[in-house]
Amino acid sequence: MKRKRIFAGIFLAVVLALLYLPIVVVAVFSFNENTNRFTYNFTGFSLQYYEQLFRDTKGLLAALWQSLKLALYSCGISAVIGTLGAVGMARRKFRFSGAIEGLATFPAMIPEIILAMAFLAMFSAVGLPFGMLTLVLSHVTFCIPYIFIVVKGRLAGMDPELPEAARDLGAGPVRTFLTVTLPLIFPGVLSGTLLAFAMSMDDFVISYFVTGSRTTTLPIKIYASVRTGVSLQVNALSTLMIGVVFLTVAFFRLIRRNKTIRRGE
Amino acid sequence: MKRKSRSAALLILPMAIWAIVFVGGALAYVLWLSFQTRASEGVGIIQKWTIDNYLKLLNPNYLKVLGGSLRLALLTTGVCILVGYPFGYLMARARPRWRSILLMLVVVPFWTNALIRVYGWRILLMGDGPVNSFLMALGLISSPLKLLNTFGAVLLGMVYALLPFMILPVYASVEKMDWSLVEAGRDMGARPWRVFWTVTLPLTAPGLLAGCVLTFVPSIGLFFMSDMLGGANEVLLGNLINDQLLKSRDWPFAAAISVVMLLMTSAILWIYRRAGGKASDML
Amino acid sequence: MLELIGLKKSFDKTPVLNGISLNMREGEFVTLLGPSGCGKTTTLRIVAGLTEPDEGRVVLEGRDITNLAPEKRDVNTVFQSYALFPHMNVEKNISYGLRARGVKRAQWQERVREMLRLVELEGYEKRMPDKLSGGQRQRVAIARAVVLNPKILLLDEPLGALDLKLRRQMQQELKQIQKRLGIAFLYITHDQEEALNMSDRIAIMQQGRFEQIGTPEEVYERPATRFAAGFIGQTNFLSCQVEEVLPDGGLTLSFGGTRFPARRPDFAVRPGETIAVCLRMERVRLTRAPQGACAIPGVLKSRRYAGGSIREEVEVFGGQEIALIMQSASEERVEEGQQVYLCWNREEAALVR
Repeated sequence: MKRKRIFAGIFLAVVLALLYLPIVVVAVFSFNENTNRFTYNFTGFSLQYYEQLFRDTKGLLAALWQSLKLALYSCGISAVIGTLGAVGMARRKFRFSGAIEGLATFPAMIPEIILAMAFLAMFSAVGLPFGMLTLVLSHVTFCIPYIFIVVKGRLAGMDPELPEAARDLGAGPVRTFLTVTLPLIFPGVLSGTLLAFAMSMDDFVISYFVTGSRTTTLPIKIYASVRTGVSLQVNALSTLMIGVVFLTVAFFRLIRRNKTIRRGE
Repeated sequence: MKRKSRSAALLILPMAIWAIVFVGGALAYVLWLSFQTRASEGVGIIQKWTIDNYLKLLNPNYLKVLGGSLRLALLTTGVCILVGYPFGYLMARARPRWRSILLMLVVVPFWTNALIRVYGWRILLMGDGPVNSFLMALGLISSPLKLLNTFGAVLLGMVYALLPFMILPVYASVEKMDWSLVEAGRDMGARPWRVFWTVTLPLTAPGLLAGCVLTFVPSIGLFFMSDMLGGANEVLLGNLINDQLLKSRDWPFAAAISVVMLLMTSAILWIYRRAGGKASDML
Repeated sequence: MLELIGLKKSFDKTPVLNGISLNMREGEFVTLLGPSGCGKTTTLRIVAGLTEPDEGRVVLEGRDITNLAPEKRDVNTVFQSYALFPHMNVEKNISYGLRARGVKRAQWQERVREMLRLVELEGYEKRMPDKLSGGQRQRVAIARAVVLNPKILLLDEPLGALDLKLRRQMQQELKQIQKRLGIAFLYITHDQEEALNMSDRIAIMQQGRFEQIGTPEEVYERPATRFAAGFIGQTNFLSCQVEEVLPDGGLTLSFGGTRFPARRPDFAVRPGETIAVCLRMERVRLTRAPQGACAIPGVLKSRRYAGGSIREEVEVFGGQEIALIMQSASEERVEEGQQVYLCWNREEAALVR
């Protein structure tokens, strides 16, 4: 029994190590002193790439800003559309409910490149100028499924009598939604939106096709710089972003733990 | 229409419109496009119905790409099962405190950019990169191995990017499994492996199935993996669409490839549904 | 005061209600009693406005409210799951309806205190629902519904989730609350004892129909249908031939060659017909020799002690087994396997088709 546990531990540790290895490598090389673009020997510690990163505000930082803007717009819009859709579907089954649900969640189930092709073709056929607008339209499309599915799951776990009780007690539909349904599904809305946010920030394939020449998101910028021979500024920025993610996650864990301790559980 | 139906319909309306226009409309347009003729110059098309775009796919060169893509997708899924299933299983069996830490450790890389992580592998696998240096320092090899720009590197990148999508559904299904059933199996004298095959595996099949769909489907289309780790030696369906769209500018042909890919994906999803899979198992 | 007129409802083409009608008086306690799936809850939801009927009307104090939204009805509900808002404390739960009506804080706080006194939960204002016991949740749910002074309170199996002891106690309390407030209660249960204990009238429901509506005594003593007779009380059915119809309406029946009199049925019968005599388990006596006019022979099959009573089973003509319950063992010693007689009073045996 004990030996089994040790084997299990080793297996988990090795896989996790492989999961983190490339991230660690990216971080380590961000502190490299070597300025040769094409060799990867760690020659000494330096912060020069961080300095370059912040000096060159038109480069990676601008792309990061574009990505954040895009993710905020798309998540905001898709959170509203997806949540309302899930609430409506839970309230009543229509003849076309299944079809609409299938269509709306389809983008999450098919290879991104198909959507990319579809958007590229459609937007150019309609004559929409490629840029932030086309990016937001396509990101909203693939963000809706995540929010919809998570909120729907949350709604399925909610007692359907709760909103009915609110109506019964004299609250109108809007008041019922704001004071009962929304507070109860909010964790679902939040986690769905966070998931969608990550998807949007991370998306390369679709953005690559529907972006214009003047809007460069971070993944596109990274792709371009990796192909053309990298400036290690990419490593510097990536390291900072990974750091932010880790700190955020650790922060939330800490809050959660404090809460449970205070509750005495 | 009745009072309640009306308000529910109003709530669904934005999503319905969005889905019809941006999913239904866009895909329908691709389907239409795939039957049109390419203009002799530029990206333009001539509205003349043809099935040439599909016949073109029967060219041995393109068939090879199709086969190669499927092979890579299958291999990726296979490796993900071999690594991800035990991982998800062990994670769900860990003590609760460890469980949440492990879950966090699996999810966090998912929050960092996929391109950055692939780029990390690129550094690792370079001729003078850390892996070669390490192996040479150990004296296992005398000259650097060609690691980058190989099929193996692309497979590694795919597995790496998609592994969490196998781990998480497996973890979820193992975690909510009723362990008294396994105990019952053991109680009736079945050996551990037999219990695994006859009880644990069938009970966790929904998670495994969802994991397979979630790894197989995207792996058909991740064209940047081949670009970044395969040195474009490995041409996949995704790369083909990419090339046709942005280089050869043959949109009807790209549309035809997309339609074929869509049909393959739909077939997999259909099988998944038939096998009792639910969309909710996939998140 | 409340009239339900010809309500019909189907879900996905499966009929749930087949045209039911009911009249409720001011302050009356009416129970819908029936097995699960008989349409009780649907009826209640239609009154509350949570489900719309396909046909029929709901009239409250002369006003047609069939198509009125639930929030606009003077009707409140105690849900089966209680449906307490998990993210609000007791005070916020109880005052929810008052706040939705724009009642001022000082006023609703006073009303909440009153209600908590009524349901004996003083001092629980700030508790969250998940920190309450089942019985306490139940009380909060009642307080939350009656704080709005509804014309009718709808209760959907409110005691279903409680254990037997608490259930008995809550039955008493609910009845007291109802008397004190003078509100009409439309109450759902599948527990016949609960229905008999609490109701002014009981409506026995089956497959979307009312089988019988009457006072507890009426439905017990004069069940209108075989279903009503079987659903309330523990009943044996004896299939008998009608031998003759007497001038006063009484009958002479025969069972396995034994003739005995029966009371006048509530429906017309002709000689030669087969009808069922309902023998309540506790109203049948077991003797060695026939006593009175109503007695049939049989063989004692088994005898079991069940705490305060004894349950006996007697095989009669045709192999049918008749069960009966006695408070103490028969005065005359009868052994299993011996010939016995089952006797009853003519007026205590109801007749159904």
